[in-house]
Amino acid sequence: MTNGRGFSFQRLWAIVVKEFIQMRRDRLTFAMMIGIPLIQLILFSFAINTDPKHLSAAVLLADRGPQGRALLSALKNSSYFQFVRQVQTESEAHDALARGEVQFLINIPESFTRDLLRGDRPTLLVEADATDPGATGGPLGALPSIINAALLNDAKGVLDYLATADGPIDLRVHAKYNPEAITQYTIVPGLLGVVLTMTMVMITSLAITRERESGTMENLLSMPTRPLEVMIGKIVPYILVGYIQMALILAVSHYMFHVPMLGNIFLMMCVTLVFIAASLAVGVTFSTLAQNQRQAMQMTMFFFLPSILLSGFMFPFRGMPEWAQAIGEILPLTHFLRLVRGILLKGNGLEDVIRQLWQIALFGVVVLIIAVLRYRKTLD
Amino acid sequence: MTEEFAIDVRGMTKRFGKHTAVDHVDLQVRKGEICGFLGPNGSGKTTFIRMLCGLLRADEGSGQCLGHDVIKDSETIKREVGYMTQKFSFWEDLTIEENLDFVARMYSLKNRRETVRQSLDRLGLTARKTQLAGQLSGGWKQRLALAACLIHEPQLLLLDEPTAGVDPKARRDFWKEINELAGQGLTFLIATHYMDEAERCHRLAFIENSKLLTHGTVAEVIAQSHLTTWAADGADLLQLAGQLQGRPGVEQVVPFGNTLHVSGPDQAALEQAIAPFRTPQYNWKQVPSGLEDVFIHLMEKPGETVSR
Ligand SMILES: Nc1ncnc2c1ncn2[C@@H]1O[C@H](COP(=O)(O)OP(=O)(O)O)[C@@H](O)[C@H]1O
Ligand SMILES: [Mg+2]
Repeated sequence: MTNGRGFSFQRLWAIVVKEFIQMRRDRLTFAMMIGIPLIQLILFSFAINTDPKHLSAAVLLADRGPQGRALLSALKNSSYFQFVRQVQTESEAHDALARGEVQFLINIPESFTRDLLRGDRPTLLVEADATDPGATGGPLGALPSIINAALLNDAKGVLDYLATADGPIDLRVHAKYNPEAITQYTIVPGLLGVVLTMTMVMITSLAITRERESGTMENLLSMPTRPLEVMIGKIVPYILVGYIQMALILAVSHYMFHVPMLGNIFLMMCVTLVFIAASLAVGVTFSTLAQNQRQAMQMTMFFFLPSILLSGFMFPFRGMPEWAQAIGEILPLTHFLRLVRGILLKGNGLEDVIRQLWQIALFGVVVLIIAVLRYRKTLD
Repeated sequence: MTEEFAIDVRGMTKRFGKHTAVDHVDLQVRKGEICGFLGPNGSGKTTFIRMLCGLLRADEGSGQCLGHDVIKDSETIKREVGYMTQKFSFWEDLTIEENLDFVARMYSLKNRRETVRQSLDRLGLTARKTQLAGQLSGGWKQRLALAACLIHEPQLLLLDEPTAGVDPKARRDFWKEINELAGQGLTFLIATHYMDEAERCHRLAFIENSKLLTHGTVAEVIAQSHLTTWAADGADLLQLAGQLQGRPGVEQVVPFGNTLHVSGPDQAALEQAIAPFRTPQYNWKQVPSGLEDVFIHLMEKPGETVSR
C-alpha cells in the first residue's frame, strides 16, 4: 500500500461529499447561510429610503422673472423638497450645505427667465450633499422631469419651441462630499460582497475548528490524506453556498430595488467565484490559527470589520485617508465592490474586470499558501 | 529479528515544553501478539501510541514499526496501522455507513462498496447502518470505531482505551473479536485500565510517570514483582484490616468481598507480620498475587524499575 502519496482527487471528493452531508444535517448553519443575506437585505430595505420626501433645501434665487418662480413652486409641489430658507449670497448658501442644515442648494441664476425664453438654455445649478446617497439619489433622479413639466406644460404650448432634445435648460448637478455619488443602486450589490465575506469566512473557519474541538481532526490526521485535499475539500461545498447567496441577493436587488443589471451575468459569476474562493481561503487560514470555535469567530470579526469599513462599502473610498485607502486596496472586498458595481451598473466587460480581479486572486493564493504551511499534519 | 516484531522501538521520548510525557520507553511486540498497555491516567500511554502512528513527532527514539523506520517513515506507518482514538472521533452527524464509506475512500480502497458492506456485516452493524453515529450508545460507537480502523486491513492495531464506558457484554464480544483477529496474525497494542483485560493479553507493558516500569507476560510480570499474598476469611475482617495496616512487611491490605488480601514484597516479613493474627477466628491461606496487587505495588514504589 504505497499508493496515494500525491494529491488524490478521490480523497478530495470524499471530503467534499462528507462536508455536503454534514452541511445538509446542520440545519442551524444552513439557515444562517440563507438567513443572513435575507435579513441584511430586509434591514437595508428599511434603512434605504427609496423614495425620500421633503428633503431640506435652500434656494439662491437671483432671477426676478416668472419662470424662476414657476420652477421654484414646481419643485415645492413635487414634495421632494422643502425650502427651509432662502439665502442671499453664495457663501451663505455653501455654509448651510456644509453644516448640513440643508441637503440641496438650488441656484437659479440672474438671467434665468430671459435666457430661457430666448432659448439659450440657462444653467440651473443644483448642489447636493451626497453623503447620504440613498436620500439624495431619488430627488436628483426626478429633477429633469419636474423641470420639464414646470417649464413646458404650464406654458400651454407657447414655449413648445423650447422642447428640444437637450431640454429647455442646462441642468448641472454637483454631488458634493461623495464624488463617486454612491446611490442605493450601489449599496445593495455591495451587500453581496459584505454577506459573502461574512458567511464564507465564518463558516469555513468554524467548520474546521469544530473538527479540532470534537476530536475528529485526530482521526482525519491519522488517515493518509494531504493538507491540500482537506483544505480544498472543505472549500468546494461552500462555493455552492456562496452562489446560492449570490443568486438570492441579485434576485432581490433586481426585483425589489430595481437595481439595473447591465453587465454579463456569466462574467459576474466568474468574478464571484474568485471572491468566494479568496474568502474561504481566509476562513481556512483562521481555522489553522484558532484553538477553538470562539477564537475562530473573533478572527472572523477581526477581518470583517476592516472589510466593511475600509472597502468603500460604508464610506466613499476616495474620501478616506491615504493609510486607510492603502489597507483597503489589499482587502478583496474593495476590489469586489468595484467589480460588482462596474459589471452591474456600468456593464463593464472582461478587460475592465481583469484589472481588479487579479488582485483578489493574488490575495487568495497568498492566504491559501499560509494555510497549507500552517496546517499541521501532526498534533504537536 | 526485524521480521519477528511488529513493534520494536527504543528510547522513545516526547516532551511538551518542560514536561516529558514519554521518557525513553522501549517496547517490543511480536507479530500476532496482543500487548496490553497499562498505566494510570496521564502516564503517557496516548502520547506513546500517537508517536507510533505518526501523529506526534518523537523527540528521541529509534526502531521500526511493521518494518518501517518509526521516525522517518511515519507517513507509511500511518497508512498501515489502524488507530482507534481514546475519545470517539468519528463524525457524529454522519451515519455508520457514511462514516465507513468515508474511511474507505480515504484509504483509496478498491471495491469500496463491497468492503463497506462486509465490514458492516462482520461487526453486526448492518441493521443500524443508517443511524447517526452521534446517537449510538458507547458499545456501538466502539464497534463502529473498530470496524473503521479495520477497514483498510492493517497489520497492526493501536487501540487507546477502547472499552472505556462499554458494558460487560459488549466488552466480552469485543475481546472475542480481538482474539479472532490476533489468531489471523494481527498485532495489537491496547491501552486499558481493566485488570481482567490485562489478563487476556499475551504481553503487558506498564508505564507510570512517563517511564516503562515493567514489560513481559502476565506470569513474568507477577513473578518479577516478588510479591507474596495471603488471604484471610472469617468475622470482623474490617477490624483485622485496621490492625494489619501499617505493620512492617505489609504493603497492601485489600478486602475482596468476604476475604481480605494482604500482600508485601518480602515473604518472611509478611509472614512475621500476620503471625499474631493466625488465630482460629481467621482462616489463612497463601494465594497467588493478582495483577492488580502487582500494579498497585508498582505504582507505590516508583523508581524501582523492574525490567525483563
Ligand atoms: N498536546 C499536548 N500538549 C501538552 N501536554 C500534553 C499533550 N498531550 C499530552 N500531554 C501531557 O502528557 C502527559 C501524558 O498524557 P497522555 O499520553 O494523554 O496520558 P494517558 O493516555 O496515559 O492518560 C499528561 O501529563 C498530559 O497532560
Ligand atoms: Mg490516554
